[in-house]
Amino acid sequence: MLGAARRQLGSAPMLGQVLRRLRPATSARAYSAAAKEMTVREALNSALDEEMSADPSVFLMGEEVGEYQGAYKITKGLLDKYGPDRVLDTPITEAGFTGIAVGAAYQGLRPVVEFMTFNFSMQAIDHIINSAAKSNYMSAGQINVPIVFRGPNGAAAGVGAQHSQCYAAWYAHVPGLKVLAPYSAEDARGLLKAAIRDPDPVVFLENELLYGESFPISAEVLDSSFSLPIGKAKVEREGKDVTIIAYSKMVGYALQAAEILSKEGISAEVINLRSIRPLDRAAINASVRKTNRLVTVEESFPQHGVGAEICMSVVEESFEYLDAPVERIAGADVPMPYAANLERMAVPQVDDIVRAAKRTCYRSVPMAATA
Amino acid sequence: MASFTAAAKFLAPVAAARSGGDSRAPPPPFPSASLRPRRKPAPSRLRTVLAVSSDVLSGNKSAPAAAAHSAVTREEALELYEDMVLGRIFEDMCAQMYYRGKMFGFVHLYNGQEAVSTGFIKQLNQADCVVSTYRDHVHALSKGVPARSVMAELFGKATGCCRGQGGSMHMFSAPHNLLGGFAFIGEGIPVATGAAFAAKYRHEVLKESGPDGLDVTLAFFGDGTCNNGQFFECLNMAQLWKLPIVFVVENNLWAIGMSHLRATSDPEIYKKGPAFGMPGVHVDGMDVLKVREVAKEAIERARRGEGPTLVECETYRFRGHSLADPDELRKPDEKSHYAARDPITALKKYIIEQNLATESELKSIEKKIDDVVEEAVEFADASPLPPRSQLLENVFSDPKGFGIGPDGKYRCEDPLFTQGTAQV
Ligand SMILES: Cc1ncc(C[n+]2csc(CCOP(=O)(O)OP(=O)(O)O)c2C)c(N)n1
Ligand SMILES: [Mg+2]
Repeated sequence: MLGAARRQLGSAPMLGQVLRRLRPATSARAYSAAAKEMTVREALNSALDEEMSADPSVFLMGEEVGEYQGAYKITKGLLDKYGPDRVLDTPITEAGFTGIAVGAAYQGLRPVVEFMTFNFSMQAIDHIINSAAKSNYMSAGQINVPIVFRGPNGAAAGVGAQHSQCYAAWYAHVPGLKVLAPYSAEDARGLLKAAIRDPDPVVFLENELLYGESFPISAEVLDSSFSLPIGKAKVEREGKDVTIIAYSKMVGYALQAAEILSKEGISAEVINLRSIRPLDRAAINASVRKTNRLVTVEESFPQHGVGAEICMSVVEESFEYLDAPVERIAGADVPMPYAANLERMAVPQVDDIVRAAKRTCYRSVPMAATA
Repeated sequence: MASFTAAAKFLAPVAAARSGGDSRAPPPPFPSASLRPRRKPAPSRLRTVLAVSSDVLSGNKSAPAAAAHSAVTREEALELYEDMVLGRIFEDMCAQMYYRGKMFGFVHLYNGQEAVSTGFIKQLNQADCVVSTYRDHVHALSKGVPARSVMAELFGKATGCCRGQGGSMHMFSAPHNLLGGFAFIGEGIPVATGAAFAAKYRHEVLKESGPDGLDVTLAFFGDGTCNNGQFFECLNMAQLWKLPIVFVVENNLWAIGMSHLRATSDPEIYKKGPAFGMPGVHVDGMDVLKVREVAKEAIERARRGEGPTLVECETYRFRGHSLADPDELRKPDEKSHYAARDPITALKKYIIEQNLATESELKSIEKKIDDVVEEAVEFADASPLPPRSQLLENVFSDPKGFGIGPDGKYRCEDPLFTQGTAQV
């Protein structure tokens, strides 16, 4: 019974090739007329497309960004449109091609480096930190490095310890880097455009599980001149009882938690950080001064993480406003397990956020598991 | 130098294997020598040899006729056959189980490449090591990890070879000296080189290894990985220190959707061995008997302490890169060309032609393996999920690594600790 489909070799992938040829070229205008909704994938793709078309010094490099149309199809159509001189398929050599991109940025080009996932940036981290982040300082401002490192970051599903990790805190630790983490399609478009136009190295942390999600999008956001300021957080939902601060996929969880809390009479304010470094301390503190309670949410490991930094900014600036201990929701302090049941325990769930918010409001809830 | 002489000796029998059925000359070592007048090849002390001429590189699509293999006994042939069939049936079952939602994430199957795993790993002893990649299920099986433990691992069950903590890309089994599936390109190569370093150290410093010589490590990795710096760094150190390792390149011509020829300035990978002073061999990776012959030589050479070998096996994967890959870039005629050279069919034909076994004997092996794999699925399916307590286990071998709690005791001593309810 279980052996039925055995010994079938290969598959029949011809359809895909045909479809690819029929695919319409991506362009900003393709969206502006009809769409009121846009996926994060389309947002990123259109931002790349528009910035490449606006500035010939912008080019893409990475594994499978060209002929394969991107491992997650973020660069779809760009090879056809801009050709192999500006959309470069690299061999699998992160240390090498990242260094090459940094060198090109020294010379005034604007590389956008795609890591197939940010996990693989570990093989290139020397160049991100030592060659990209520090050059402007070491050269006393003679050599700036206008480069973007982008790709999916954070926990994916079922891929085990090496492929499921968030690098926000890692890169946010480093002076000279800007670290962005979009949540919605608007974030993705506005922040990626800002990153590409920025004169400094930007680490741009996407999330694979958000690529296919659709968000409402305004005409202003669709305009090719649109961009978002780096370093500004966004209040996604206003509230008065507790502040929930999150980034990337966890913003969605925080919004769900806020919805549940509202049914129980707790009004939660949700802040989408957008930028991990610089950190919008003003927005964080303004909200905490209003609600007097704080829950931080991140997918990564707790220790020395983004939540810790947010908490410190509040301790330094608004300590006397706090009415309850700050709660930190983070991934479990373990490498990501493969088994689905353990994996679920290892990443934050909406319920964890709800419980933490209630604790800050002194509503009695059972002790939450760290997992 | 002694090692170079040894290398040349080693290569002689491989050259003989090539001349058996293939009259085409190997390509010159520097195909574009005229364009690069200043890069004259150094006087060759070390010869590289093609064990079979290459389909890709010569553009010749005719399958080479079976070369004269050194005699294989009935028992050996059947062992090879059984191992390859196990690899194939196991992987086909994985595809079914993946589509039924029994396993998840990235699942990279090995179909088509069985001759490499079988041809190499079946020449190893228990104490020898294997280091693999994310495409590691079949390497684990060849090394002797029971099919049920591999399947249970893929199902994320507590009975898996890593209790469900590793998953498809991370198979480990210490008793089998399977040192891991490594999911990042190139990272297994230094780890394998380190295992070989330890074997030499045990032998020379600790005087621990047996009379046969050094324990050998096989590092398996793909063509795409040969463009990663760790490959070159380790070729250098392995040869510098004469480590007992064989670098086994499974050149399946593609790295996801990146053709080897589009990614690599000089696509003849085996030639990179001599650049570091070690022998480089190219072998038809669809012919398990040829692979086995090259493997034997390279492994024995490592065991004798004569150093590493780089072996490029030209092979092909019959499925997409992973079960999530739409596989749109590989041409149908390329796929069918290699499908026609299925290594299992080829061995079957050889066994029958040489009267080593009958068709029905081979059928009964297939039946036996069918049962083994069915049983593996049933076992995996019936096995329990990992308990909650497992979440915090194994982060450290000494859980005191979790530190000291507010009560001044180690957190791991808290009775609630492994229930996952203690704050860590
Ligand atoms: C450092 C790193 N970069 C990128 C990847 C993504 N990736 C996984 S497999 C693969 C292709 C590998 O091709 P090859 O070495 O030929 O092995 P094959 O899959 O063909 O067996 C890539 C790019 C990775 N795993 N690690
Ligand atoms: Mg390959």
